[in-house]
Amino acid sequence: MDSPAGYLHLGFILISYPNLIVIGGMIVLFAVALLAPFHGVGGKGDKS
Amino acid sequence: MSVIDGSWTERAREYLGRRLPATNLLPDRQPYYVGSWVYVFGVVTIAALVWVILSGMVLSFFGPQWWHVSGVGRFFNGLHFWSVQLFFVFMVLHLWGQYFAAGWRDGRAKTWMAGVVIFLVSIVAAFTGYVSQQNFDAQWIAVNAKDAMNSVGAGAFFNVLNFGQMYGIHVVLLPLAITFLVGLHVLLVRMKGVVKPIGYDRKVTR
Repeated sequence: MDSPAGYLHLGFILISYPNLIVIGGMIVLFAVALLAPFHGVGGKGDKS
Repeated sequence: MSVIDGSWTERAREYLGRRLPATNLLPDRQPYYVGSWVYVFGVVTIAALVWVILSGMVLSFFGPQWWHVSGVGRFFNGLHFWSVQLFFVFMVLHLWGQYFAAGWRDGRAKTWMAGVVIFLVSIVAAFTGYVSQQNFDAQWIAVNAKDAMNSVGAGAFFNVLNFGQMYGIHVVLLPLAITFLVGLHVLLVRMKGVVKPIGYDRKVTR
């Protein structure tokens, strides 16, 4: 925990692994929110 | 009764009744397209903000020594920190959702801009929080930020090494500003409603 974070260095891209994990998690969560069915919606006659 | 006709209270009441009918302020139904998890990000951001403010109130009551030394204090310190992380994560997810839905359409520019201002003010709030921690991390951030402030000519107004100034801004001015702006943002959403998905009308009328 006290050691500095590792970094991903690809050309001009330089980002720490913790930041990369957070951003990756956010993108996954965003995709899940778009695709996952919302409770109570999607049944017949619910197009109001 | 004619004495109060045309008074500012009457005019204000009529204006608010016209612009903010109770059915808009407290709706019991939402359009079909609101049934998506993407629309939950905004309210989760507000839930995180509530935790930020509540934990911040506890921290401000007991002070820096308590939040660094005692177990309960460190717990509330952590609660404050992680609530802020969730606040920013869900605010950015909400921003992505609204950006890709072009949430500023159909007269919602004020709602969008209020959100932009909340985002910017929140960054300043997070920064003043980092320099108010009263630890070596805060000193390191403040010393580096002092150079940054001086380089843009703002060092005369914001002395980031001045704990009193940073802490005062962090616990009084910025929470008031963010709470007011979030209230305004939600009010604008209630007045204008949630933006329709792109191409929704074309799809419905087809």
